[in-house]
Amino acid sequence: MIQHLSLNIEETAAVILFGIGFTILLLHRNLIKKIMGMNIMDTATYLFLASKGYITGRAVPIVVDGVQEVSAYINPVPSGLVLTGIVVSVSTTALMLSLTIRLYERYHSLDLDEILILAKEEERT
Amino acid sequence: MNFVQNFPFFSIILAMFSGIVSSVLDGRKARNLSLAMIAVTTALSAGTLLFCLGSGESYTFMMGHFPAPWGNEIRAGILEGVTAIFFGIIMFLAVLGGLDHTAEDVEEKKLNLFYIMIDLMLSSLLALVYTNDLFTAYVFVEINTIAGCGLIMIRQKGRSMSAAIRYMIMSQLGSGLFLIGLSILYDVTGHLLMSPARESVELLVAAGSYRIPMLVIMAVIGVGLAIKSGLYPFHYWIPDTYGYATPTASAVLSGLVSKGYIFLLIKIFYRVLGYDNLVSSQMVNVLYVFGITGMVMGSIHAIHETDTRRMTAYSSVAQIGYIYMGMGLGTSYGMVAAVFHIFTHSATKALLFISAVGLYEVSGDKKDYISLRGAGYRNPLAGIGFTVGALSMVGFPMLSGFISKLLFATSALESPHKMLPTIIVLAVSTTLNAVYFLRLVITLYSRRRPEDAPIPETRARSSWQLRLAILCFIGVNLVLGLASQPIVQAIRDGLAMFG
Repeated sequence: MIQHLSLNIEETAAVILFGIGFTILLLHRNLIKKIMGMNIMDTATYLFLASKGYITGRAVPIVVDGVQEVSAYINPVPSGLVLTGIVVSVSTTALMLSLTIRLYERYHSLDLDEILILAKEEERT
Repeated sequence: MNFVQNFPFFSIILAMFSGIVSSVLDGRKARNLSLAMIAVTTALSAGTLLFCLGSGESYTFMMGHFPAPWGNEIRAGILEGVTAIFFGIIMFLAVLGGLDHTAEDVEEKKLNLFYIMIDLMLSSLLALVYTNDLFTAYVFVEINTIAGCGLIMIRQKGRSMSAAIRYMIMSQLGSGLFLIGLSILYDVTGHLLMSPARESVELLVAAGSYRIPMLVIMAVIGVGLAIKSGLYPFHYWIPDTYGYATPTASAVLSGLVSKGYIFLLIKIFYRVLGYDNLVSSQMVNVLYVFGITGMVMGSIHAIHETDTRRMTAYSSVAQIGYIYMGMGLGTSYGMVAAVFHIFTHSATKALLFISAVGLYEVSGDKKDYISLRGAGYRNPLAGIGFTVGALSMVGFPMLSGFISKLLFATSALESPHKMLPTIIVLAVSTTLNAVYFLRLVITLYSRRRPEDAPIPETRARSSWQLRLAILCFIGVNLVLGLASQPIVQAIRDGLAMFG
């Protein structure tokens, strides 16, 4: 068991980080920390993908010196996925941050529970 | 290759480009472009469906220049065609019905942004329906989330901002789980296209290797999409989101967005993981338990609600529970019932949200029971629309909800271990539905009492668009209820094509 984990050290780290990020996003009350958690979660996925795509001793798939065999290169697909994923997570982060700014301007708080209570009170009056 | 085979791609790209073009148009033009685009894409989907019905088989459409195991693909079959047409119709009617309220709720110079969100929403829904590539599905899931968030927060009144952030947080949890599930799936199978991934999964299952990763993939993808579609224990964002958005947004979010995710989940179950593998790994039982809990708990929450719009939103939780219960039965009959209920629920819930607007108009924009007393007389068409929707949700014969319940009940008979709980929960949930929906219908048609607060001066009658939309929604409901046989047959054929 331990042996398997240490053999796949990057994947193990990625899954642990994913768990940390997921928990922060789910449970933390501070909106900024929630967004940080979301980024940790997304980045953990990219670490997982990147480490799965990497093959020890092989090079980036850019053809130089006329070497064309597949066995010389790593799998480029996960790298492409990571790039796409980064674009997606940047845009969702930007959206969440802008929403947080709007909420802060309105309720002067970053605490989600407090914001929800204030919003409820605001509706009642 | 036949020209018609390009249609799914055309419809996705058309929706996306109208969103881009709308960014430089003013609100009115953006609105007209949006309506025209929805009509055209629906016609294109109809063309695709006719082609698939004619040829009797599905086809894949290569995107770009890389062939099957590497490139990106679109796949169209009967079920995709039916769903795309249906989504188009509901979207069109929801936008039409909420037209004047959108103009009121959204700032004049931001009106085009609202229609950009609608365009992007439709494009992502169509992409989720048609795509044959898992990572493309992930990207469009995110586009869908962002567009959905925009639709909620564009009405900057009341609790819509806090509703938007809640929606965003829950959606991100779902997307994160979905993405890690895809990554593990890619590592295990080596494919992102659905058809080759399916072959690898079959080989792995036959060899009995990677048992635990496969289980993790099923769980993580299932839970991720369940969070995003609002299955019971993950439903906390639903009442706020549907309750405080502008009417069109509520109808679109409750009727279409959650259904898009469920459709994607069904597609992944059939086309990637293999439904038999899910049945043998007991994953369906988990969905089943969550589904039947949601059916009861959603209704109980709805009974407690005094705000009728939030009540309608909680009823969605119950109805999503029905769909997952059907998926969880573990038989193809259950799946047919679940897909039919997707259609029923989108048509009915959109009808309820849109016709409720007509009732609020004549009650001084109040949404509680007392203010709505007698609203059915003040706005007769909206009253009839709401009554039809409510009766359909309860399961009145002739309406679509009845056919759904009939299909669920008959499919439960096929799975001996789940027959009794399914039938009991169906009965309980139907009774609870009747409790809160009929209470509201009776309220709508009871005379106002002298001690009731006077109704503030309101508009004389709803806009013609709203009335037309209500009439069309009633028509869709009756079609689903009275002419269900060909639709059920199409779903059956479509699911057979999936397998």
